[in-house]
Amino acid sequence: MAKLRNAIVELYRLAATSLPADIEAALRGALKKEKRGSAAGTALSAILENIKLARETLRPVCQDTGVPIFFVKMPCGFSQLEIENEIIRATRIATKNIPLRANAVDVLTDKNSGDNTGVGFPVIYFEETKDKKLAIDLMLKGSGSENIGQLYKLPLQELKAERDLEGMRKCILDAVHKAQGKGCPPYIIGVGIGATKDQVTKVSKEQLMRDLNDMNANATLAKLEKRILDDVNRLGIGPIGFGGKTTALAVKIGACHRHPASYFVDVSINCWASRRAVITFKIKNIE
Amino acid sequence: MSKDDVLSLHVGDMVSINGLIVTGRDKLHKYLVNEKPSKKRIPFNLEGTILYHCGPIVKKTPKGFEIVACGPTTSMRVEMYEERVISQYGIKGVMGKGGMGPQTRKALQEKGCVYFHAVGGAAVYLAQRVKRVAGVWKFEEFGMAEAMWLLEVEDFPAIVTMDAYGNSLHEEIEKQSLKEFKKLIGLT
Repeated sequence: MAKLRNAIVELYRLAATSLPADIEAALRGALKKEKRGSAAGTALSAILENIKLARETLRPVCQDTGVPIFFVKMPCGFSQLEIENEIIRATRIATKNIPLRANAVDVLTDKNSGDNTGVGFPVIYFEETKDKKLAIDLMLKGSGSENIGQLYKLPLQELKAERDLEGMRKCILDAVHKAQGKGCPPYIIGVGIGATKDQVTKVSKEQLMRDLNDMNANATLAKLEKRILDDVNRLGIGPIGFGGKTTALAVKIGACHRHPASYFVDVSINCWASRRAVITFKIKNIE
Repeated sequence: MSKDDVLSLHVGDMVSINGLIVTGRDKLHKYLVNEKPSKKRIPFNLEGTILYHCGPIVKKTPKGFEIVACGPTTSMRVEMYEERVISQYGIKGVMGKGGMGPQTRKALQEKGCVYFHAVGGAAVYLAQRVKRVAGVWKFEEFGMAEAMWLLEVEDFPAIVTMDAYGNSLHEEIEKQSLKEFKKLIGLT
């Protein structure tokens, strides 16, 4: 499994130091919309320069290398425990070698473990697939943007939000309005709807892994994603919160069936430094 | 920074910082306010300096410490402490991201201090403006991200978003976006 471990270290390096092409292209598009010399334009130019420098020097794009979140999709017959062990070993190596900032803090002693591992750290989700390959998605989730995410339970009187998709739309706008520029916009917004709290928070995170240019398979949600993105960008918070045209680059929504009595909406927000990467292995190449 | 420097700055000004600044985030603020260490116990002179909300990535090399990445962290988390840190230790500039609340805004006005906004996430870009790590305090106890680092910076770019006259860009944008938000969700 040493091969898998080394590959995960490289996955960390790629995620931390090189922003995905779709994100970078969207940021370039955002720069074109702002006035030259404005605070928003200046900030976006610095951001794009930073992305280039990070890639060239193999340094982390942001000093907050975040909480590592893994989505492992594996064919039948693989051991979750073994993969988890390799992820933990790779995390220790990556933290030292890249380097990443050590972010895992023991809640009881307030001590930092120093190597980004600890109870429930990194976060790892497993899913079995029919594919004949192992795919490991990694997101380094910055905590400035994690802190501005919100969980909603509909109905919500203060927003006049009822238990429907229009109510969900109001929640998203409320979350972004409350966030203002605190989480490093332009944001990527992931939304999960469903029956239980734990379920929707995972679904909203999964949405953050989607390519910005993909199209939701559900036509109603696809239309809503576009409409809500336009609405969010009317708020005028702008890049870095300096005011401007682009507050978010995308809104991505995932919906599960809900209970008649429950309507949970979770809004997960990512900063512009949306660090995600994936590796896949054909089964015969893993051992 | 002198009081005159502070008073010469206004919201919207783009500045370029040169000289020595210190970092400090959650743990350091909590410590300064709860333990109240005397100025003598702090190895750096905080009087007139800029306190940068930042938890950097730092590499130890044979030549000493080297800053790998050092973008700003969210300032609002230390809102409950900042007013007392400003008045107790005489700092003249606070730098971070996302802006701060009414308590800090009042302290900026009363004590003559200013809030600089650095570009969030531009960690490598900003690290290149750090010429030297001139010292560190509480490294063993607080760890890399939470320690107080003394940094010599050159042409470190930032924008004044809260000044000593009670103005705040964050408050302006908040107000404008609230109006639009209410319109969008049908609240009037």
